[in-house]
Amino acid sequence: MDRKDKLRRIIATDCGSTTTKAILIEFIDGEYRQTVRGEAPTTVEKPLNDVTNGVINAVTELQELARLKYFDNSITFVKDKVLNITDGDEGIDAYVSTSSAGGGLQMMVTGVVAKMTGESAERAALGAGAIVMDLIASNDKRANHEKIERIRNLRPDMILMAGGVDGGTTKHVAEMAELVGAANPKPRLGSSYKLPVIYAGNNVARDIITETLESKTDLIITDNLRPTLERENLGPARDKIHDLFMEHVMAQAPGYNKLMTWTKGPINGEMKNIPIMPTPAAVGNIMQTIAKRHNIEVLGVDIGGATTDVFSVFTKDYIFNRTVSANLGLSYSISNVLATAGLDNILRWVPFHINESDLRNMIKNKMIRPTTIPQQLEELVLEQAIAKEALKYAFIQHKEFAVGLKGQQKQREISEAFSQSTSGNTIVNMMTLDLLVGSGGVLSHAPRRNQGAMMMIDAFLPEGVTRLAIDSIFMMPQLGVLAEISEKAAAEVFEKDCLIYLGSCIAPVGKIKPDKIALSAEIKLPNGETFKEDIMFGELRLIPLGVGETASAILKPGKGLDIGAGKNQEMETKLHGGVVGLILDTRGRKPFILPTEANIRVPLLKKWMKVLDAYPENILK
Amino acid sequence: MAQAYSPGLTVTDSIILKKDRILPLRGTVKVKKGAKVKAENVVAETLLPGKVVPFNLAHKLGVPPELVMQYVKVKAGQNIKKGDLLAETKGIFGMFKAAAKSPIDGEIENISAHTGQMLLREPRIPVQVKAFIDGLVVDVIEEEGVIIENKSAYIQGIFGLGGETIGEIKIIAKSPEEIITPEQVDSSCEGKLIVSGAMISLAIINKAKEMGVKGIITGGIDDHDIKKLLGYNIGVAITGHEKIGLTILVTEGFGKIKMANKTYDLLKQFDGKRASMHGKTQIRAGVMRPEIIIPIEFDESELKVEEAKMATLEIGTTVRIIRQPNFGKLATITALPEELTQVESETWVRIMDAQLDETGKKVTLPRANVEVIED
Repeated sequence: MDRKDKLRRIIATDCGSTTTKAILIEFIDGEYRQTVRGEAPTTVEKPLNDVTNGVINAVTELQELARLKYFDNSITFVKDKVLNITDGDEGIDAYVSTSSAGGGLQMMVTGVVAKMTGESAERAALGAGAIVMDLIASNDKRANHEKIERIRNLRPDMILMAGGVDGGTTKHVAEMAELVGAANPKPRLGSSYKLPVIYAGNNVARDIITETLESKTDLIITDNLRPTLERENLGPARDKIHDLFMEHVMAQAPGYNKLMTWTKGPINGEMKNIPIMPTPAAVGNIMQTIAKRHNIEVLGVDIGGATTDVFSVFTKDYIFNRTVSANLGLSYSISNVLATAGLDNILRWVPFHINESDLRNMIKNKMIRPTTIPQQLEELVLEQAIAKEALKYAFIQHKEFAVGLKGQQKQREISEAFSQSTSGNTIVNMMTLDLLVGSGGVLSHAPRRNQGAMMMIDAFLPEGVTRLAIDSIFMMPQLGVLAEISEKAAAEVFEKDCLIYLGSCIAPVGKIKPDKIALSAEIKLPNGETFKEDIMFGELRLIPLGVGETASAILKPGKGLDIGAGKNQEMETKLHGGVVGLILDTRGRKPFILPTEANIRVPLLKKWMKVLDAYPENILK
Repeated sequence: MAQAYSPGLTVTDSIILKKDRILPLRGTVKVKKGAKVKAENVVAETLLPGKVVPFNLAHKLGVPPELVMQYVKVKAGQNIKKGDLLAETKGIFGMFKAAAKSPIDGEIENISAHTGQMLLREPRIPVQVKAFIDGLVVDVIEEEGVIIENKSAYIQGIFGLGGETIGEIKIIAKSPEEIITPEQVDSSCEGKLIVSGAMISLAIINKAKEMGVKGIITGGIDDHDIKKLLGYNIGVAITGHEKIGLTILVTEGFGKIKMANKTYDLLKQFDGKRASMHGKTQIRAGVMRPEIIIPIEFDESELKVEEAKMATLEIGTTVRIIRQPNFGKLATITALPEELTQVESETWVRIMDAQLDETGKKVTLPRANVEVIED
């Protein structure tokens, strides 16, 4: 192999909005392994205001740890404040990176009828990862001059305009364009460029829209996102939003342009620049790879400081969907989780009393100092309670958006289109889901893996039999971009070092009375023992079953319940273990209800947390 | 590893500051390079486009939108006075004419044959940018604004509310841990930037507004009070635009937290001195923290902005603890062990050993939970 083709040491970083994470991947004994990791706060703050400082700090940590590991002080990953990509043995052969340090995407959307094209536009924007600052519609009851004032004052990153079905009346979309034109809005990040406006409305109004907005805005025209009343076609608008997000928002992150010149690696024997990949796109890459390699349905979540991304691959056609909940995260956006979920919903997961004011202040302090870590156990429990709600709401948003085939149009009944009560059927089916993967600091860095399992089960409520895994050190983004230069390296590291299987969750679905048997399980464990129990409703059981181990099981759901084979149907299956084991969960699905009264709920939470060994005994007394 | 990097807030008795003062739209710069300006001086101004008033011409004339253009008597861009004739139909044999007159003074923005709507624009609104800090104009960006430099005592807060304001510093709290009462905020506080101690309540904010206080500087604030003050929950931390009648700057965080001695002492040192302050906070890309800027005498030759550097954690460094337990307390680093260590929450983290300045108690802390108080 030519020297230039060799990839012996690769550094991959992920510049998150809070932390920059670096991993070292090395070719050892004929295979690629992830060996060392380092991290440092992302440096978009003044006075540094340059994302590359955080990269250098994280890589410097890698360098120091690698020197310690190999007792070799000649190892030099950083030279003259730049990554040391060199032919020599002391440096690295390639550097790749993902980034999400640009912060959120703030959009304004317009439509004609708020509940129809307005809602579709909002769905497209939200699905593309935006915070929708306002929906302005012809029928939203505000006077036109108020709408103009509002548009002018918002300063969004971009505007998505929808309205009208193809071939329909143009008057209302034309009027909306006039209002936008009159407001002459400026982009949030600097006035050096025109505000991008995406028009995805009535196709016969395109000329009018162009005439009205072309000179004032950076106008992009795409397919109507609601070509007919009963059909929604969000793909083209979402793609355009995504393109513009890369061009306009992420590129504004300080130092980003410099970082782009650093990422290099050999492709076909030549050193080439490797584009920085947006973090969610890289995670999506890896998720699809897993689904296709193992022929399974996968749901993945990446909960970060500012945003929570949910990815899914469902149906036999491996339909991939991704949503970004731009306002749900555990540091910058933690306060928004409180605003979205409400205090009661967070407190329902907390097994002790806490003063409301203290909790509010704790959340705000985390918001203003986003890189701090819970040192006290109580704060950890609270952060994990907040995480459950953030995950829950991100998943709700995902289910609403993951509808139908990507790139194909979704058929909706005309009656449904008028009632607008639902947004079509989701393709997310928790019963058929095979694997649930969690990543992001709060899941990956949870002190106990059992906490990761608990958060994922409580937030996603998996049904039937579902395997659970955690991205051990939040490596999926880096592996997603690594695949761009070496699929082999990415796949090998993924299989060996990235996913940590937690085990499986077994949960019967359906309504049942509390004093009835919800699940009769007979599980033959590899050590020769058999677990056999008729488990009542409202219980949790944890059965140890190690990584790589399987157990054959006969699962019989309680009367009226379904464990995956149909209502009341017994199922014989093979269960996969993991670092946590098998979790039998009869607390109910569809519905899952936590008692509202604290005197009933708290003892239940404590009981479940004890069974799961989620926290030290002293906090569950 | 003998050192690590940590973000921190700047609190210093002397810094060379550089401030961009830029118009929202292109306009006129009012000062020249080299000019000495006071904080209140206008350095640039422009005219913002006036409010747009939509006027449904088709409806007013009783004709379909596509016919409107033939009756219009004005052109886009034309200035108009209230009562000016905008459009008139021919009527029948010159009778039954329908006319539309301008409801405002201003100009014609746009006339649409698609919607039959005319957009009128009210007169332009003058906008002025003030210097905000006393200092020297070191650069002029034509038609956009200026860059001002000065030497100041400078305090960066962690969180703030409200926009730019200028006033005299007035110490109310006798110590950084004191919690002042509304009674202490009296008429002598009018126009001042008052310094409270560890916490302010909503009652104090309301009293301060009533007394015409321009700004409040506090160690801590209760989130619940902010919700009551604003009428909404702050979701994402982008603040500084609130119209609450004064500016609030929080130096430590949420809850009752003693103001750092260094911050309090610095403010006390400049008691009675004029300062500029704002509450603008943004905790994401393009981070902004609220600031108090107290200009001090300087010679032009001193105006050299030092290159930004990141604070480092070293043995002997004084840090502020920014998470429970001991939130808000100062400590001195005694050791920086390299290996990961498990803390109470069972999390494995890189830690530091430190000694609390106040009590001498030895503590172990995650490195992520401190900030260096920079000079």
